[in-house]
Amino acid sequence: MIINTINAIFSYPFLMRAFVVGILVSLCAALLGVSLVMKRYSMIGDGLSHVGFGALAAAAALNAAPLSVAIPVCIVCAICLLRLKDGSLVAGDSAIAIVSSSSLAIGIMIISMSSGMNTDVYNYMFGSILALSYADMVLCIVVSILIIAVYILFYNRIFSFTFDEVFARATGTNTGMYSIVLAVLTAVTIVIGMRMMGALLISSLVIFPALTAIKMRKTYKKVIVISAVVSVICFVVGMFVSFNAEAPVGASIVIINLAVFIIVSLYSCVKRLFTQKHV
Amino acid sequence: MALISCENAAFGYDSEIVLSDINFSLHGGEYMCILGENGAGKSTLIKGILKLMNPVSGTIRMGEGLKAWEIGYLPQQTAVQKNFPASVFEVVLSGRINSMGIRPFYSGRDRKDAHEKIRLMGMEEYEKKSYQELSGGQKQRVLLARALCASKKLILLDEPAAGLDPVAMNDLYELIKDINDNMKMTVIMVSHDVRAAVKYASHILHLSHKQLFFGTTADYIKSSAGKEFLEGGTVYDY
Repeated sequence: MIINTINAIFSYPFLMRAFVVGILVSLCAALLGVSLVMKRYSMIGDGLSHVGFGALAAAAALNAAPLSVAIPVCIVCAICLLRLKDGSLVAGDSAIAIVSSSSLAIGIMIISMSSGMNTDVYNYMFGSILALSYADMVLCIVVSILIIAVYILFYNRIFSFTFDEVFARATGTNTGMYSIVLAVLTAVTIVIGMRMMGALLISSLVIFPALTAIKMRKTYKKVIVISAVVSVICFVVGMFVSFNAEAPVGASIVIINLAVFIIVSLYSCVKRLFTQKHV
Repeated sequence: MALISCENAAFGYDSEIVLSDINFSLHGGEYMCILGENGAGKSTLIKGILKLMNPVSGTIRMGEGLKAWEIGYLPQQTAVQKNFPASVFEVVLSGRINSMGIRPFYSGRDRKDAHEKIRLMGMEEYEKKSYQELSGGQKQRVLLARALCASKKLILLDEPAAGLDPVAMNDLYELIKDINDNMKMTVIMVSHDVRAAVKYASHILHLSHKQLFFGTTADYIKSSAGKEFLEGGTVYDY
Protein backbone atom coordinates (compact mmCIF):
# COMPACT_ATOMS: atom_id res chain seq x y z
CA MET A 1 0.00 0.00 0.00
CA ILE A 2 2.72 2.40 0.98
CA ILE A 3 4.76 1.55 -2.08
CA ASN A 4 1.72 2.00 -4.30
CA THR A 5 1.11 5.39 -2.81
CA ILE A 6 4.72 6.45 -3.26
CA ASN A 7 4.59 5.29 -6.88
CA ALA A 8 1.43 7.29 -7.40
CA ILE A 9 3.01 10.40 -5.92
CA PHE A 10 5.85 10.24 -8.38
CA SER A 11 3.65 9.50 -11.35
CA TYR A 12 1.03 12.21 -10.76
CA PRO A 13 2.60 15.69 -10.95
CA PHE A 14 -0.25 17.28 -8.99
CA LEU A 15 0.38 14.90 -6.07
CA MET A 16 4.07 15.63 -6.19
CA ARG A 17 3.37 19.36 -6.09
CA ALA A 18 0.96 18.92 -3.21
CA PHE A 19 3.60 17.00 -1.29
CA VAL A 20 6.35 19.55 -1.80
CA VAL A 21 4.18 22.52 -0.95
CA GLY A 22 2.50 20.75 1.94
CA ILE A 23 5.75 19.79 3.61
CA LEU A 24 7.14 23.32 3.29
CA VAL A 25 3.94 24.95 4.55
CA SER A 26 3.73 22.51 7.46
CA LEU A 27 7.28 23.39 8.38
CA CYS A 28 6.67 27.16 8.26
CA ALA A 29 3.40 26.89 10.14
CA ALA A 30 4.99 24.80 12.87
CA LEU A 31 7.88 27.23 13.39
CA LEU A 32 5.61 30.25 13.67
CA GLY A 33 2.95 28.35 15.61
CA VAL A 34 4.97 28.17 18.83
CA SER A 35 5.31 31.95 19.06
CA LEU A 36 1.69 32.50 18.09
CA VAL A 37 0.39 30.01 20.64
CA MET A 38 2.60 31.34 23.45
CA LYS A 39 1.65 34.92 22.71
CA ARG A 40 -2.04 33.95 22.68
CA TYR A 41 -2.36 34.84 19.02
CA SER A 42 -3.69 31.44 17.94
CA MET A 43 -6.97 32.85 16.70
CA ILE A 44 -5.19 35.27 14.40
CA GLY A 45 -4.30 32.34 12.16
CA ASP A 46 -7.95 31.41 12.00
CA GLY A 47 -9.02 34.97 11.27
CA LEU A 48 -6.40 35.36 8.56
CA SER A 49 -7.50 32.23 6.74
CA HIS A 50 -10.99 33.69 6.42
CA VAL A 51 -9.52 36.92 5.17
CA GLY A 52 -7.56 34.83 2.69
CA PHE A 53 -10.79 33.19 1.57
CA GLY A 54 -12.37 36.59 0.89
CA ALA A 55 -9.28 37.73 -0.97
CA LEU A 56 -9.12 34.58 -3.11
CA ALA A 57 -12.78 34.98 -4.01
CA ALA A 58 -12.20 38.58 -4.98
CA ALA A 59 -9.15 37.62 -7.02
CA ALA A 60 -11.13 34.95 -8.88
CA ALA A 61 -13.93 37.41 -9.65
CA LEU A 62 -11.42 39.96 -10.95
CA ASN A 63 -9.48 37.33 -12.88
CA ALA A 64 -6.35 38.32 -10.99
CA ALA A 65 -3.60 35.94 -9.86
CA PRO A 66 -4.94 34.54 -6.57
CA LEU A 67 -1.76 34.74 -4.49
CA SER A 68 -0.81 38.24 -5.60
CA VAL A 69 -4.11 39.54 -4.19
CA ALA A 70 -4.39 37.34 -1.12
CA ILE A 71 -0.85 37.80 0.21
CA PRO A 72 -0.90 41.62 0.51
CA VAL A 73 -4.46 41.68 1.85
CA CYS A 74 -3.62 39.11 4.52
CA ILE A 75 -0.41 40.90 5.49
CA VAL A 76 -2.27 44.15 6.06
CA CYS A 77 -4.95 42.38 8.10
CA ALA A 78 -2.35 40.48 10.14
CA ILE A 79 -0.54 43.67 11.07
CA CYS A 80 -3.80 45.37 12.01
CA LEU A 81 -4.93 42.42 14.13
CA LEU A 82 -1.63 42.15 16.00
CA ARG A 83 -1.55 45.88 16.59
CA LEU A 84 -5.10 45.81 17.99
CA LYS A 85 -3.76 43.87 20.94
CA ASP A 86 -2.56 46.94 22.76
CA GLY A 87 -5.36 49.28 23.71
CA SER A 88 -7.89 50.03 21.03
CA LEU A 89 -11.54 50.50 20.29
CA VAL A 90 -12.33 46.82 19.80
CA ALA A 91 -10.68 44.15 21.94
CA GLY A 92 -8.32 41.78 20.11
CA ASP A 93 -10.52 38.68 20.17
CA SER A 94 -13.69 40.48 19.14
CA ALA A 95 -11.76 42.17 16.34
CA ILE A 96 -10.65 38.79 15.02
CA ALA A 97 -14.19 37.45 15.16
CA ILE A 98 -15.51 40.49 13.30
CA VAL A 99 -12.81 40.41 10.65
CA SER A 100 -13.02 36.67 10.03
CA SER A 101 -16.80 36.41 9.71
CA SER A 102 -17.00 39.59 7.64
CA SER A 103 -14.37 38.40 5.16
CA LEU A 104 -16.10 35.05 4.90
CA ALA A 105 -19.37 36.82 4.18
CA ILE A 106 -17.78 39.13 1.63
CA GLY A 107 -16.05 36.19 -0.06
CA ILE A 108 -19.26 34.19 -0.32
CA MET A 109 -21.11 37.23 -1.61
CA ILE A 110 -18.50 37.83 -4.32
CA ILE A 111 -18.55 34.21 -5.40
CA SER A 112 -22.33 33.95 -5.54
CA MET A 113 -22.59 37.16 -7.53
CA SER A 114 -19.86 36.28 -10.02
CA SER A 115 -19.69 32.59 -10.74
CA GLY A 116 -22.35 31.27 -8.42
CA MET A 117 -21.81 28.76 -5.61
CA ASN A 118 -19.92 25.90 -7.15
CA THR A 119 -17.05 23.53 -6.53
CA ASP A 120 -14.66 26.49 -6.30
CA VAL A 121 -16.26 27.55 -3.03
CA TYR A 122 -16.07 24.03 -1.73
CA ASN A 123 -12.39 23.85 -2.67
CA TYR A 124 -11.58 27.17 -1.04
CA MET A 125 -13.34 26.16 2.14
CA PHE A 126 -12.05 22.63 2.53
CA GLY A 127 -9.00 22.55 0.31
CA SER A 128 -7.98 20.52 -2.68
CA ILE A 129 -4.73 18.97 -3.75
CA LEU A 130 -5.62 19.78 -7.34
CA ALA A 131 -5.48 23.49 -6.63
CA LEU A 132 -1.76 23.96 -7.18
CA SER A 133 -0.26 24.78 -10.55
CA TYR A 134 3.41 24.45 -11.34
CA ALA A 135 3.88 28.23 -11.00
CA ASP A 136 2.14 28.10 -7.61
CA MET A 137 4.54 25.44 -6.49
CA VAL A 138 7.59 27.46 -7.49
CA LEU A 139 6.22 30.51 -5.71
CA CYS A 140 5.44 28.46 -2.61
CA ILE A 141 8.93 27.00 -2.53
CA VAL A 142 10.56 30.42 -2.81
CA VAL A 143 8.28 31.98 -0.20
CA SER A 144 8.66 29.08 2.23
CA ILE A 145 12.42 29.19 2.00
CA LEU A 146 12.31 32.93 2.65
CA ILE A 147 10.05 32.42 5.67
CA ILE A 148 12.33 29.76 7.12
CA ALA A 149 15.43 31.90 6.49
CA VAL A 150 13.90 34.96 8.14
CA TYR A 151 12.75 32.85 11.06
CA ILE A 152 16.22 31.38 11.61
CA LEU A 153 17.93 34.77 11.31
CA PHE A 154 15.55 36.31 13.83
CA TYR A 155 15.24 33.19 15.98
CA ASN A 156 16.90 34.63 19.09
CA ARG A 157 15.05 37.90 18.88
CA ILE A 158 11.74 36.18 18.28
CA PHE A 159 12.42 34.08 21.37
CA SER A 160 13.12 37.15 23.47
CA PHE A 161 10.05 38.89 22.06
CA THR A 162 7.85 35.86 22.70
CA PHE A 163 9.11 35.13 26.20
CA ASP A 164 9.11 38.64 27.59
CA GLU A 165 8.07 41.52 25.41
CA VAL A 166 8.65 44.13 28.12
CA PHE A 167 12.20 43.01 28.78
CA ALA A 168 12.93 42.85 25.07
CA ARG A 169 11.69 46.39 24.61
CA ALA A 170 13.60 47.66 27.63
CA THR A 171 16.84 46.20 26.31
CA GLY A 172 16.47 47.99 23.02
CA THR A 173 14.69 45.42 20.85
CA ASN A 174 12.22 47.00 18.47
CA THR A 175 9.31 44.81 19.54
CA GLY A 176 6.88 46.58 17.24
CA MET A 177 8.96 45.45 14.31
CA TYR A 178 9.09 41.83 15.47
CA SER A 179 5.35 41.67 15.90
CA ILE A 180 5.09 42.86 12.31
CA VAL A 181 7.64 40.28 11.17
CA LEU A 182 5.61 37.60 12.93
CA ALA A 183 2.38 38.90 11.40
CA VAL A 184 3.78 39.01 7.88
CA LEU A 185 5.30 35.53 8.09
CA THR A 186 2.05 34.12 9.48
CA ALA A 187 -0.07 35.79 6.82
CA VAL A 188 2.10 34.50 3.99
CA THR A 189 2.22 30.96 5.41
CA ILE A 190 -1.54 30.85 5.72
CA VAL A 191 -2.17 32.13 2.23
CA ILE A 192 0.17 29.68 0.55
CA GLY A 193 -1.20 26.80 2.61
CA MET A 194 -4.88 27.54 2.53
CA ARG A 195 -5.72 26.42 -0.98
CA MET A 196 -4.54 22.95 -0.23
CA MET A 197 -5.76 22.75 3.36
CA GLY A 198 -8.86 24.91 2.96
CA ALA A 199 -9.72 28.20 4.59
CA LEU A 200 -11.54 26.53 7.45
CA LEU A 201 -8.76 24.09 8.29
CA ILE A 202 -5.44 25.84 7.67
CA SER A 203 -5.21 27.41 11.13
CA SER A 204 -4.97 23.96 12.69
CA LEU A 205 -1.63 23.55 10.90
CA VAL A 206 -0.36 26.54 12.88
CA ILE A 207 -1.82 25.56 16.23
CA PHE A 208 -1.77 21.77 16.59
CA PRO A 209 1.93 20.95 16.13
CA ALA A 210 2.89 23.83 18.43
CA LEU A 211 0.47 22.71 21.14
CA THR A 212 1.68 19.13 20.86
CA ALA A 213 5.30 20.23 21.15
CA ILE A 214 4.62 22.58 24.07
CA LYS A 215 2.99 19.68 25.96
CA MET A 216 6.36 17.96 25.95
CA ARG A 217 7.76 20.74 28.17
CA LYS A 218 11.29 20.84 26.82
CA THR A 219 13.63 23.65 25.96
CA TYR A 220 12.42 26.22 23.47
CA LYS A 221 14.71 24.99 20.75
CA LYS A 222 13.49 21.41 21.18
CA VAL A 223 9.89 22.59 21.20
CA ILE A 224 10.46 24.28 17.85
CA VAL A 225 12.14 21.21 16.38
CA ILE A 226 9.49 18.84 17.74
CA SER A 227 6.78 21.10 16.42
CA ALA A 228 8.33 21.06 12.95
CA VAL A 229 8.83 17.30 12.96
CA VAL A 230 5.31 16.59 14.24
CA SER A 231 3.87 18.92 11.65
CA VAL A 232 5.67 17.34 8.71
CA ILE A 233 4.93 13.78 9.87
CA CYS A 234 1.26 14.56 10.39
CA PHE A 235 1.10 16.08 6.95
CA VAL A 236 2.69 13.07 5.26
CA VAL A 237 0.54 10.59 7.17
CA GLY A 238 -2.54 12.68 6.44
CA MET A 239 -1.74 12.68 2.74
CA PHE A 240 -1.34 8.91 2.69
CA VAL A 241 -4.62 8.44 4.52
CA SER A 242 -6.34 10.86 2.22
CA PHE A 243 -4.97 9.16 -0.89
CA ASN A 244 -5.80 5.63 0.19
CA ALA A 245 -9.17 6.31 1.80
CA GLU A 246 -10.13 8.87 -0.83
CA ALA A 247 -10.81 11.31 1.99
CA PRO A 248 -10.49 15.11 1.76
CA VAL A 249 -6.85 16.00 2.28
CA GLY A 250 -7.23 18.97 4.66
CA ALA A 251 -9.56 17.13 6.98
CA SER A 252 -7.32 14.04 7.03
CA ILE A 253 -4.31 16.10 8.07
CA VAL A 254 -6.24 17.91 10.80
CA ILE A 255 -7.58 14.64 12.19
CA ILE A 256 -4.10 13.11 12.29
CA ASN A 257 -2.89 16.24 14.09
CA LEU A 258 -5.75 15.97 16.56
CA ALA A 259 -4.98 12.31 17.20
CA VAL A 260 -1.31 13.04 17.87
CA PHE A 261 -2.25 15.92 20.17
CA ILE A 262 -4.62 13.72 22.18
CA ILE A 263 -2.05 10.94 22.49
CA VAL A 264 0.69 13.31 23.63
CA SER A 265 -1.65 15.04 26.09
CA LEU A 266 -2.70 11.74 27.63
CA TYR A 267 0.92 10.62 27.80
CA SER A 268 2.04 13.80 29.54
CA CYS A 269 -0.90 13.59 31.98
CA VAL A 270 -0.04 10.01 32.90
CA LYS A 271 3.64 10.89 33.16
CA ARG A 272 2.91 13.80 35.48
CA LEU A 273 0.71 11.67 37.72
CA PHE A 274 3.38 9.02 37.82
CA THR A 275 6.22 11.40 38.70
CA GLN A 276 4.17 13.20 41.32
CA LYS A 277 3.50 9.95 43.14
CA HIS A 278 7.13 9.04 43.24
CA VAL A 279 8.66 12.36 44.24
CA MET B 1 29.04 62.42 37.64
CA ALA B 2 25.95 60.53 38.69
CA LEU B 3 25.07 57.24 36.99
CA ILE B 4 21.51 58.35 36.63
CA SER B 5 19.90 61.63 37.53
CA CYS B 6 16.45 63.03 37.24
CA GLU B 7 15.73 66.76 37.24
CA ASN B 8 12.23 68.14 37.72
CA ALA B 9 10.91 65.30 35.61
CA ALA B 10 7.19 64.90 35.07
CA PHE B 11 5.46 62.02 33.31
CA GLY B 12 2.00 61.63 31.94
CA TYR B 13 -0.25 59.86 29.50
CA ASP B 14 -1.97 62.01 26.90
CA SER B 15 -2.49 65.31 28.67
CA GLU B 16 -2.78 63.96 32.16
CA ILE B 17 0.26 64.25 34.43
CA VAL B 18 0.53 61.21 36.68
CA LEU B 19 3.91 61.90 38.25
CA SER B 20 5.69 65.19 38.75
CA ASP B 21 8.61 66.93 40.51
CA ILE B 22 10.93 63.97 40.38
CA ASN B 23 14.46 64.86 41.46
CA PHE B 24 17.03 62.29 42.35
CA SER B 25 20.51 61.24 41.45
CA LEU B 26 22.19 57.94 41.98
CA HIS B 27 25.89 57.08 41.84
CA GLY B 28 27.59 53.83 40.96
CA GLY B 29 27.16 51.13 43.60
CA GLU B 30 24.20 52.68 45.36
CA TYR B 31 20.96 50.87 46.11
CA MET B 32 17.73 52.79 45.79
CA CYS B 33 14.27 51.60 46.69
CA ILE B 34 11.26 53.25 45.09
CA LEU B 35 8.38 53.13 47.54
CA GLY B 36 4.76 54.14 47.18
CA GLU B 37 1.21 52.91 47.25
CA ASN B 38 -0.46 51.26 44.26
CA GLY B 39 -0.98 53.81 41.55
CA ALA B 40 1.59 56.20 43.01
CA GLY B 41 3.47 56.32 39.71
CA LYS B 42 6.18 53.72 40.32
CA SER B 43 5.59 51.86 37.05
CA THR B 44 5.49 55.14 35.19
CA LEU B 45 8.86 56.13 36.60
CA ILE B 46 10.29 52.77 35.55
CA LYS B 47 9.13 53.36 32.00
CA GLY B 48 10.78 56.75 32.15
CA ILE B 49 14.09 55.35 33.39
CA LEU B 50 14.05 52.67 30.68
CA LYS B 51 13.27 55.36 28.09
CA LEU B 52 10.10 53.54 27.11
CA MET B 53 8.39 56.83 27.82
CA ASN B 54 9.69 60.38 27.59
CA PRO B 55 9.21 62.89 30.38
CA VAL B 56 6.62 65.58 29.65
CA SER B 57 9.00 68.07 31.20
CA GLY B 58 12.38 67.91 32.93
CA THR B 59 15.11 65.42 32.12
CA ILE B 60 16.48 62.00 32.96
CA ARG B 61 20.20 61.75 32.31
CA MET B 62 22.48 58.77 32.29
CA GLY B 63 26.14 59.15 33.14
CA GLU B 64 29.25 56.97 33.01
CA GLY B 65 28.42 55.89 29.47
CA LEU B 66 25.25 54.07 30.53
CA LYS B 67 22.60 53.62 27.87
CA ALA B 68 18.94 53.03 28.65
CA TRP B 69 19.02 49.69 26.85
CA GLU B 70 21.95 48.58 29.01
CA ILE B 71 19.85 48.56 32.14
CA GLY B 72 19.24 45.06 33.47
CA TYR B 73 15.52 45.06 33.90
CA LEU B 74 13.54 42.51 35.88
CA PRO B 75 9.89 43.10 35.00
CA GLN B 76 6.91 41.72 36.84
CA GLN B 77 6.12 38.24 35.62
CA THR B 78 3.30 37.64 33.23
CA ALA B 79 0.99 34.64 33.09
CA VAL B 80 2.46 33.60 29.72
CA GLN B 81 5.95 33.27 31.16
CA LYS B 82 4.94 31.01 34.03
CA ASN B 83 4.21 28.18 31.59
CA PHE B 84 6.76 29.00 28.94
CA PRO B 85 8.59 26.05 27.40
CA ALA B 86 12.21 27.20 27.64
CA SER B 87 15.26 26.05 29.54
CA VAL B 88 16.86 28.18 32.24
CA PHE B 89 19.88 28.66 30.00
CA GLU B 90 17.80 29.89 27.09
CA VAL B 91 16.05 32.43 29.30
CA VAL B 92 19.28 33.76 30.81
CA LEU B 93 21.02 33.87 27.43
CA SER B 94 18.23 36.07 26.09
CA GLY B 95 19.56 38.75 28.45
CA ARG B 96 22.51 39.15 26.09
CA ILE B 97 20.23 40.29 23.30
CA ASN B 98 21.28 43.93 23.70
CA SER B 99 24.96 43.13 23.13
CA MET B 100 24.27 41.29 19.87
CA GLY B 101 24.15 44.38 17.68
CA ILE B 102 23.24 43.17 14.22
CA ARG B 103 24.58 39.67 14.73
CA PRO B 104 21.77 37.14 14.35
CA PHE B 105 23.23 34.56 16.74
CA TYR B 106 24.86 34.49 20.16
CA SER B 107 28.63 34.20 20.38
CA GLY B 108 30.71 32.02 22.63
CA ARG B 109 31.23 35.01 24.89
CA ASP B 110 27.48 35.46 25.26
CA ARG B 111 27.13 31.82 26.27
CA LYS B 112 30.01 32.05 28.71
CA ASP B 113 28.48 35.10 30.33
CA ALA B 114 25.11 33.35 30.66
CA HIS B 115 26.74 30.30 32.31
CA GLU B 116 28.63 32.59 34.67
CA LYS B 117 25.52 34.52 35.74
CA ILE B 118 23.60 31.28 36.30
CA ARG B 119 26.42 30.06 38.53
CA LEU B 120 26.40 33.35 40.40
CA MET B 121 22.72 32.91 41.17
CA GLY B 122 23.39 29.37 42.41
CA MET B 123 21.20 27.87 39.68
CA GLU B 124 23.85 25.71 37.98
CA GLU B 125 22.10 22.42 38.54
CA TYR B 126 18.94 23.80 36.99
CA GLU B 127 20.61 25.14 33.86
CA LYS B 128 19.06 22.56 31.55
CA LYS B 129 15.78 22.37 33.44
CA SER B 130 12.59 23.76 32.04
CA TYR B 131 11.81 27.23 33.32
CA GLN B 132 8.17 26.39 33.97
CA GLU B 133 9.06 23.65 36.43
CA LEU B 134 10.90 26.00 38.81
CA SER B 135 9.51 27.47 42.02
CA GLY B 136 8.64 31.16 42.22
CA GLY B 137 11.91 32.03 43.96
CA GLN B 138 13.97 30.06 41.44
CA LYS B 139 12.22 31.77 38.55
CA GLN B 140 13.13 35.15 40.01
CA ARG B 141 16.76 34.07 40.33
CA VAL B 142 16.74 33.10 36.67
CA LEU B 143 15.29 36.44 35.66
CA LEU B 144 17.83 38.16 37.89
CA ALA B 145 20.61 36.28 36.08
CA ARG B 146 19.12 37.46 32.80
CA ALA B 147 19.05 41.05 34.08
CA LEU B 148 22.73 40.73 35.05
CA CYS B 149 23.52 39.47 31.54
CA ALA B 150 21.93 42.60 30.14
CA SER B 151 23.85 45.06 32.31
CA LYS B 152 27.23 45.77 33.79
CA LYS B 153 26.22 48.80 35.82
CA LEU B 154 22.58 49.08 36.75
CA ILE B 155 19.77 46.67 37.42
CA LEU B 156 16.17 47.75 37.78
CA LEU B 157 13.87 45.39 39.63
CA ASP B 158 10.10 45.76 39.59
CA GLU B 159 8.70 44.20 42.77
CA PRO B 160 10.91 41.13 42.52
CA ALA B 161 9.54 39.65 45.73
CA ALA B 162 5.89 39.76 44.68
CA GLY B 163 4.21 36.43 45.20
CA LEU B 164 7.15 34.77 46.98
CA ASP B 165 6.91 33.02 50.32
CA PRO B 166 8.80 34.70 53.19
CA VAL B 167 11.83 32.42 53.01
CA ALA B 168 12.27 32.83 49.26
CA MET B 169 11.67 36.55 49.64
CA ASN B 170 14.45 36.87 52.21
CA ASP B 171 16.85 34.81 50.10
CA LEU B 172 16.16 37.02 47.13
CA TYR B 173 16.73 40.23 49.11
CA GLU B 174 20.04 38.85 50.43
CA LEU B 175 21.08 37.86 46.93
CA ILE B 176 20.33 41.32 45.58
CA LYS B 177 22.31 42.86 48.42
CA ASP B 178 25.19 40.53 47.58
CA ILE B 179 25.14 41.64 43.96
CA ASN B 180 25.11 45.24 45.12
CA ASP B 181 28.03 44.77 47.56
CA ASN B 182 30.26 42.37 45.66
CA MET B 183 29.73 43.30 42.05
CA LYS B 184 29.33 47.02 42.79
CA MET B 185 26.15 46.79 40.78
CA THR B 186 23.84 49.75 41.19
CA VAL B 187 20.34 48.61 42.12
CA ILE B 188 17.00 50.34 41.71
CA MET B 189 14.17 48.34 43.19
CA VAL B 190 10.47 49.08 43.22
CA SER B 191 8.95 47.66 46.33
CA HIS B 192 5.89 47.55 48.52
CA ASP B 193 7.88 46.22 51.37
CA VAL B 194 9.02 49.24 53.36
CA ARG B 195 10.78 47.23 56.08
CA ALA B 196 12.99 45.39 53.61
CA ALA B 197 13.63 48.65 51.78
CA VAL B 198 14.86 50.34 54.94
CA LYS B 199 16.95 47.31 55.84
CA TYR B 200 18.79 46.93 52.52
CA ALA B 201 18.71 50.13 50.51
CA SER B 202 21.13 53.01 50.76
CA HIS B 203 18.62 55.48 49.30
CA ILE B 204 14.86 55.79 49.30
CA LEU B 205 12.62 57.46 46.75
CA HIS B 206 9.07 57.75 48.05
CA LEU B 207 6.38 58.57 45.51
CA SER B 208 2.78 59.55 45.69
CA HIS B 209 2.06 61.17 42.30
CA LYS B 210 4.92 63.44 43.17
CA GLN B 211 8.10 62.96 45.09
CA LEU B 212 7.51 62.81 48.84
CA PHE B 213 11.07 62.00 49.74
CA PHE B 214 14.46 61.33 48.25
CA GLY B 215 17.58 60.82 50.30
CA THR B 216 19.55 58.30 52.28
CA THR B 217 17.76 55.63 54.23
CA ALA B 218 18.96 57.07 57.55
CA ASP B 219 17.33 60.41 56.70
CA TYR B 220 14.21 58.68 55.47
CA ILE B 221 13.57 56.99 58.81
CA LYS B 222 13.64 60.40 60.50
CA SER B 223 11.49 62.12 57.85
CA SER B 224 7.75 62.60 58.20
CA ALA B 225 6.99 60.56 55.07
CA GLY B 226 9.14 57.75 56.37
CA LYS B 227 7.70 57.79 59.86
CA GLU B 228 4.17 57.62 58.58
CA PHE B 229 4.88 54.80 56.16
CA LEU B 230 6.96 52.82 58.65
CA GLU B 231 4.55 53.18 61.51
CA GLY B 232 1.69 52.31 59.23
CA GLY B 233 3.65 49.11 58.89
CA THR B 234 2.76 48.84 55.27
CA VAL B 235 3.95 45.33 54.61
CA TYR B 236 1.54 44.19 51.99
CA ASP B 237 0.10 40.75 51.66
CA TYR B 238 -0.06 39.64 48.08
